[in-house]
Amino acid sequence: MSAHLPVLQVVVPLLAAPFCLFLRRGRAAWGLAVLASLASWVIALALLRRVLAEGVLSYAIGDWVPPIGIEYRVDVVNAWVLLIVSTIGAAVSLYAGTSVEREVEAPRIPLFYAAYLLCLSGLLGITITGDVFNVFVFLEISSLSAYALIALGQARRALTSAFRYLIMGSVGATFIVIGIGLLYVMTGTLNMADLAQLLPGVWDSNTVKVAYGFLAVGFCLKLALFPLHLWLPNAYTYAPSAVTAFMASTATKVAVYMLLRFFLSIFGAPFSFGVMALDRVLLPLALVAIVSMSLVAVFQVNAKRLLAYSSVAQIGYMILGLSFATATGLTATVLHLFNHALMKGALFMALGCVMYRVGSVHINAMAGLGRRMPWTMGAFVVGGLSLVGVPLTVGFVSKWYLILAALERGWWPVAVLVLLASLLALVYVWRVVEVAYFREFPGEEETREAPWTLLGPTWALVALNLYFGIDAARTADIARRAAEVLMAGIGS
Amino acid sequence: MSLDLLVSHYNYWVVIFLMMVGFYILISRGNLIKKIVGLNVFQTSVFMLYISMSKVSAGTPPILVDPYGEADVLFSNPLPHVLILTAIVVGIATTSVGLALAVRIKEAYGTIEEDEINAIEARTEATG
Amino acid sequence: MTTYLLLAMAVPVVGAGFIALLRRSPNAREAASLVTAGALFAIVLRIHGAVSGGARPEVVLAEPLPGIRIALEAEPLGVLFALIASFLWIVTTAYSIGYMRGHHEKNQTRFYLFFAFAIASVMGVAFAGNLFTLFAFYEVLSLATFPLVTHAGTEKAKRAGRVYLGVLFSTSVVFQLLGIIWVYAIAGTVDFEPGGILRGNVAAGLVPVLLGLFVFGIGKAAVMPFHRWLPAAMVAPTPVSALLHAVAVVKAGVFAVLKITVYVFGIEFVAETGASVWLMWAAAATIILGSLVAFTRDNLKARLAYSTVSQLSYVVLGAMLANGLGVIGSGMHIAMHAFGKITLFFCAGAIMVAAHKSEVSQLNGLGRTMPVTFAAFLIGTLSIVGLPPTGGAWSKWFLGVGSVEAGQTGLVAVLMLSSLLSLAYLLEIPVRGFFGKEAGGHGEANGDGGAPGHDDHAHHGAPAWSVAAIAVTAAACVALFVYPEPFYRLMTMVAGQ
Repeated sequence: MSAHLPVLQVVVPLLAAPFCLFLRRGRAAWGLAVLASLASWVIALALLRRVLAEGVLSYAIGDWVPPIGIEYRVDVVNAWVLLIVSTIGAAVSLYAGTSVEREVEAPRIPLFYAAYLLCLSGLLGITITGDVFNVFVFLEISSLSAYALIALGQARRALTSAFRYLIMGSVGATFIVIGIGLLYVMTGTLNMADLAQLLPGVWDSNTVKVAYGFLAVGFCLKLALFPLHLWLPNAYTYAPSAVTAFMASTATKVAVYMLLRFFLSIFGAPFSFGVMALDRVLLPLALVAIVSMSLVAVFQVNAKRLLAYSSVAQIGYMILGLSFATATGLTATVLHLFNHALMKGALFMALGCVMYRVGSVHINAMAGLGRRMPWTMGAFVVGGLSLVGVPLTVGFVSKWYLILAALERGWWPVAVLVLLASLLALVYVWRVVEVAYFREFPGEEETREAPWTLLGPTWALVALNLYFGIDAARTADIARRAAEVLMAGIGS
Repeated sequence: MSLDLLVSHYNYWVVIFLMMVGFYILISRGNLIKKIVGLNVFQTSVFMLYISMSKVSAGTPPILVDPYGEADVLFSNPLPHVLILTAIVVGIATTSVGLALAVRIKEAYGTIEEDEINAIEARTEATG
Repeated sequence: MTTYLLLAMAVPVVGAGFIALLRRSPNAREAASLVTAGALFAIVLRIHGAVSGGARPEVVLAEPLPGIRIALEAEPLGVLFALIASFLWIVTTAYSIGYMRGHHEKNQTRFYLFFAFAIASVMGVAFAGNLFTLFAFYEVLSLATFPLVTHAGTEKAKRAGRVYLGVLFSTSVVFQLLGIIWVYAIAGTVDFEPGGILRGNVAAGLVPVLLGLFVFGIGKAAVMPFHRWLPAAMVAPTPVSALLHAVAVVKAGVFAVLKITVYVFGIEFVAETGASVWLMWAAAATIILGSLVAFTRDNLKARLAYSTVSQLSYVVLGAMLANGLGVIGSGMHIAMHAFGKITLFFCAGAIMVAAHKSEVSQLNGLGRTMPVTFAAFLIGTLSIVGLPPTGGAWSKWFLGVGSVEAGQTGLVAVLMLSSLLSLAYLLEIPVRGFFGKEAGGHGEANGDGGAPGHDDHAHHGAPAWSVAAIAVTAAACVALFVYPEPFYRLMTMVAGQ
């Protein structure tokens, strides 16, 4: 059994998805989705444990030996990302039960859970596979179900947002497929480890460089790096609350993982940083993303959209860590994948609680909620402080490594810029806090605290925000090991 | 650039032309259905890229050739074909999701023209 | 001994729990506050005993990042700060009981609750064993005091809260955090060590920059131009202004500056590199400018706030002198100014509760109806200015001698000038109170029938709890002149290292 964990990681949610359709009843479908998500969380934990103890795991699908057959390859890097995705997946699935009942029409609820599980298995598949074409297949599984999930939002703008995401997402995925095809032409293999060994022989070829360019644009579209982020704010704003919490904490993280895996593990750090100057291309983009998107977030009136722009800025932090081209910088990136998932998950879930009781996440609609919904707003405040990077929260840990990496390179202006941008985060978080705590509550008297079925998962993530902020030794250690694996490349 | 290069790589030129056509439709047309058509052309160009490059000349095909015959045959590598089969399925799925969304948008907005949708959205935004 | 360190953190938090539980019964709630405060002071006294005997108890709470711990360590400077803060918490709690009830403030439970949290973070700052712990509790202190500053919940309070949190956060994040990570990148550690951790690791040219990052990055020290939060925070209820903005918050700032100068840079290293000269003059400028602005303020609390801005820079200046006498003067001034300034704030609050007067120009003749309050104000004034027979005289003396030893005679002139200025703007208040003619003309005509009755009300109106607190702190100012020994001994231990 335990030998088959890598494939079970993907297969469990994948098989559970159609059963959700057969179950037809919303509650039952939810139960199955929770079971499948929890199972994949347990599997991810077990995988990470084994990888930390034993090193790389290789699993040949259908016993076809790689590089002929498809290989699932788990090392510290993707075991870590698997854990991120499945942790958020488990928390969101628990949360979704109550939230989705309110926000999605009853007949569509089983469809919702089917799409949710497909999206989860797609994201897990991208992460675990060691075959580049398999990456594309899983990417499309997760993206197609994501379009459907977003379109389930209440407002009709959810439809147009989903459509725009579909167009941009498909273009991105097609770019990735072109890149993969060109790599195949040059090497005749699709296996990642095999590619990593064969590619250095054809570094000089223009085809490889063109492939690199296509892949870069495709990934940046998927991870919403400025200026390719246009699909993200609307998609996050109009999707159902549970979907936003899930997507914001997982989809872009997996896209960043793809970028790291392809450009560092497969092409190798010497090629990416030495030949293609990836760091010098990404650095300005990341800085512009951090500053400009934080500024845009300050002026939003919809709290979900505000956090969506903040997400684009936070992606800038992850890319910034990569563009330092050092082990410390990559540690910051890998850590922030996890930390940002925790904080954004908690924040969007808190907004989902607001949506449940108030029916709107417009900032003005949150007036006086500090008193009416103390636990919800408490979660928002802690999550927000984590986003700002206050000590004893996970946000601080990320910031610490990012600044340390900048100072190691001697780039103190970058360090100052990052710190200034975190003040912008304080400004936009505080706008919401002030409205919630300083304005009188205008609505009806009945508005009460959200039900515990929503608050439980929300506060579980909040607690993780604090726990891993106070005791980050373990996460930082894993992140450092992952960064070393990435810097070394897959071939070694 | 020599004419020789142009001719010998004609499949690539076709692919690039199709790709650009698809991409242009995608960007320039406001009609959602036309956008999907553009996306299809764009994706199809990639299918053709895969298929055309799977032709291997002067190789030894692993199957079906008389082992005592001449080695210099033109044959197709089956793997890209299989890959593209998958990609076609993905493309169809994308198209159907896109069309389904277009139908829902038509129901919700009464139009599938992007500029009209934008106008409606701007108006609802303004009125709250 | 380490249990006592943990208790010093835990007791206020547990006390906060009881305060929240007892919210239905104000008497029990206030009793819980008083008992907690008393228990905390007893604990700090115990720690003081051990540290005076040469012990350095240390305890590690967690290890957030590899090699970077949340650690508590008691050393003389921290003990000095903890002693002052915990003692004045008792007095302030007593004072608050009178003030909050007399002033009919709302949300009193929340007030006591966050007060306790703030004290817990002050203990964390005082006993921080490394830069990271100091920074963490420094930020927690900002957050815990935010609800206190904005207690009124009005638009004005909200704006003041923005300035308060905005300035404190911006400076700490942009300068202080950068400094901390920079120190870590250079030295590979952020622990406090006697003699500092930077010597031998860093280019001499960088030291002034790093020291500047800390002096300006610790916004709570209110070195100009980052002082705006202090007057803004005066919107808070007076007991908050008294404890937090004359004692705990601002002192946490200057304490951090002093501690970092001594234990991260090392005073000898600072003196050798001359890193602090430019900061001495920044502090000197704040001393003079703060006093000048105080002159222009008619609102009593605003005048006291600017006086605090000015006085805080004395402590910063003492640290920047980078010699033993300067450090002693600096530490002594933390103590002396705390007792003097809290007396002044208590008096301001008593005047507001009893006579509903908040402007200096309205105080004419009030001294005759509130003699205890105004006498205490006079003593507090003397201590701030640094005149015998009050404790303030000692700290000013050491700062002056330290300046001479550092070869900065110009600074001696600054100190003299500033003392004169503060004498002038503070003495105006008791002088008006005792010798000023009550507002003549129409003011008297209007309140003709009610004026004596109103004054009568004022006399009985100053709550007994508050008057008692005022008497205690004023007496302490005098007592510290006769017996500054405990603080002096602690500071010689710091300077001797």
